[in-house]
Amino acid sequence: MRFPAEFKYSKDHEWALIEGTKITVGVTDHAQSALGDVVYVELPAVGKALKRGDTFGVVESIKAVSDLYAPVTGKVMEVNSGLVDEPAKINREPHAGAWLVKIELTDPNSINDLMDSAAYSKYVETLK
Amino acid sequence: MLANTLKKTALYEEHKRLGGRLIDFGGWELPVQYSGVMDEHLACRASAGLFDVSHMGEVHVEGPESEKFLNYLVTNNVSKIAVGQAQYTAMCNENGGIVDDLVIYRRASDRFLVVVNSSNTEKDFDWMLKVHARSKHQTRITNESSKYTQIALQGKNAAAILQTLTDTPLAPIKTYWFAEGTVLKTIPAILARTGYTGEDGFEIYVPWDMGPQVWRALMEAGEKFGIKPCGLGARDTLRLEMKYPLYGNELSDETNPLEAGLGWVTKLDKGDFVGRGPTAMLKEKGLARQLVGLKLLDRGIPRHGYAVYTADGQTRIGEITSGTQSPSLKESVGIAYVGTGHTAIGSKLTVDIRGTKVPAEVVATPFYKKA
Repeated sequence: MRFPAEFKYSKDHEWALIEGTKITVGVTDHAQSALGDVVYVELPAVGKALKRGDTFGVVESIKAVSDLYAPVTGKVMEVNSGLVDEPAKINREPHAGAWLVKIELTDPNSINDLMDSAAYSKYVETLK
Repeated sequence: MLANTLKKTALYEEHKRLGGRLIDFGGWELPVQYSGVMDEHLACRASAGLFDVSHMGEVHVEGPESEKFLNYLVTNNVSKIAVGQAQYTAMCNENGGIVDDLVIYRRASDRFLVVVNSSNTEKDFDWMLKVHARSKHQTRITNESSKYTQIALQGKNAAAILQTLTDTPLAPIKTYWFAEGTVLKTIPAILARTGYTGEDGFEIYVPWDMGPQVWRALMEAGEKFGIKPCGLGARDTLRLEMKYPLYGNELSDETNPLEAGLGWVTKLDKGDFVGRGPTAMLKEKGLARQLVGLKLLDRGIPRHGYAVYTADGQTRIGEITSGTQSPSLKESVGIAYVGTGHTAIGSKLTVDIRGTKVPAEVVATPFYKKA
């Protein structure tokens, strides 16, 4: 399993692509694999203010329900609403087409605790 | 990480080799999935799936008064089982609560194989001994669970696949009948046309150590049919699409067979049995709740434990016992206990999904009907 070097990662298995104050968020390949076939996605409304660690949505596989946790503090600017009709995309391309939300960062310090890909890879290994 | 205290079936190495994702299932280390729940489920519906169900408990009941004893122990009429036939049934406690649901196979007039749920094996065995201590029927009850590997081969191509491994003609074996013969020429086997998926198929009982050999031969024979090894995940979604009850979800020590929709295996007129009194009284008084199948009319997935409300969302009337998105139907379906008065097909109700009351409807079951 490979985790792109251009992303940062949370312990809740979300990735964040940081472009200035614009943060694109998705779930990692590890998360989608652990979940299994994703059949349902619930995403927040555009405009919603999130604090790091807040739940901002839900993904469900056939077997399990899993909350989504905001990896940074900011405001939801865009949601990938296509996923609602095509949840399985999260299994197919977790690190690309199946991004979940785009957030405008309002607290720049909230990105400080995110891991780089090497640290996240190690973290995932400790869970096995 | 899994503690090494978990029990392993004889097929443990097969599961690892096939890439099964192993979990702790009631103390057993078993695969929840191999290629994925959806893929395995659909393979079983379309062709064939292979399941390790060796964790199930097998109890021998033998001796001249075995039929009498079993008739006192369980809800169904054991006298109706011919040699070579199987019967689905339940056993109750004194209050009419369900101790377990089980399948009884009659191997001779005075010899029965009783198959129970894995997580209940010890409880069931203890209960059988307790009932026997009181009834004093001339019968021997022994827990033989560690001697059997049980493999379920399910799907429309199951018979064709199994036939390549056995000289026993399978075509004459009707649903809920079985034959005793051999597989791979020398391995003694019970070949039962039973299962938990809604598909045609067999449950194959062989000596514990012979499990891996039989499993590999079935995988090989099934290859050209597109057979897939299936984990506990697909086993659950397949049974759910049929509204087959699962102990711990739909059935418990607190639920009565009539409430659980098991009236068809509860024979109140066959003579006395444990739990008969309270069950007959419940029937006379009328049921307060019943198990129904429901379908969500809006987005969301019902899950075990979610509350069920009236259509206006004001009054709580029940609880979901099992739910999923049906891999065959691509619809969100659930099984629920609801108050009598809300059980008719077409009744509208709502399910509380994380605080939102999502509209749902009582539907006819099984949810999945063969094409």
